[in-house]
Amino acid sequence: MKGSEAVKSKSIPEYWAIKPGFEEEIKKIINERPEPEISLDYEIAENDYVKTGKASSDVKFFLKKLGVNPEVLRRVAVASYEAEINVTAHSKGGKVTANIYSDYIIMMFEDYGPGIADIEQAMQPGFSTANELAREMGFGAGLGLPNIKKNCDGMYLSSEPGGSTTLIFFIYYEEKSYAAK
Amino acid sequence: MGVKIKDLIAAIDGKVLTQSVETESIVIEDGYVSDLLSDVMGNARDNQAWITIMKHMNSVAVASLAGIPCIVFAKGVQPEKEVIQKGEEEKVLLVTSELSSFEICGKLYCLLNDLKK
Repeated sequence: MKGSEAVKSKSIPEYWAIKPGFEEEIKKIINERPEPEISLDYEIAENDYVKTGKASSDVKFFLKKLGVNPEVLRRVAVASYEAEINVTAHSKGGKVTANIYSDYIIMMFEDYGPGIADIEQAMQPGFSTANELAREMGFGAGLGLPNIKKNCDGMYLSSEPGGSTTLIFFIYYEEKSYAAK
Repeated sequence: MGVKIKDLIAAIDGKVLTQSVETESIVIEDGYVSDLLSDVMGNARDNQAWITIMKHMNSVAVASLAGIPCIVFAKGVQPEKEVIQKGEEEKVLLVTSELSSFEICGKLYCLLNDLKK
């Protein structure tokens, strides 16, 4: 995905993780930017551990109605809730857009800063900058971003210190057999 | 093959907090113990009972989103009524037991092992 000019300028630190077998399809989505069938928008407030999760819950409910299988529902819900918690715990708040297509979902999280100092470090399991409140709420174990990465087919993260952070993930409803590749 | 949730509740002398959540259909094949929510989300599965002392509202959200059918609160932990209400809404069975996480796991482990005999 390094060669794709579709996202952001080069100066902002970014991170891509795409599961084998999904590179071409995700590249195609980025280049063609197809219109979603349904798009849902939510605000996420800073330090709001009660309301946060609404987007994940709604999206899960919606996909369930579409007939998406329970394991994929679980992956979408977990990745989405972790991302929502990241926004509420680590930023001044932000928003999420869920773009639902017939065979995949893209969720985009954008916050109002203050950004991630070191993305590579943030991706390491166990690394956390969570405050006392987040830890009291049962979060802050440094597993959020690794959980998101583990559960989605493609993940994009960009951030710069002082600026906003953008996280996008892609999950297909049909699971692929990696072994066949 | 698994343990009926009723049998687990009896074994741990548990008290059901969410009266409206149907228990008949819940069968437990495994368990997961953790108080770190991201660890639970990353590793727990839909056929497990989740044993924890984390009684915040977020626990119900995690169980619901990750598809975990039952939370067992150890050490007599009693969640607030809003949390129980949320459990009812999300159809997540909430149970509390005076036993420690270790003891609850031990009981569940024995029940599951007995099935294999």
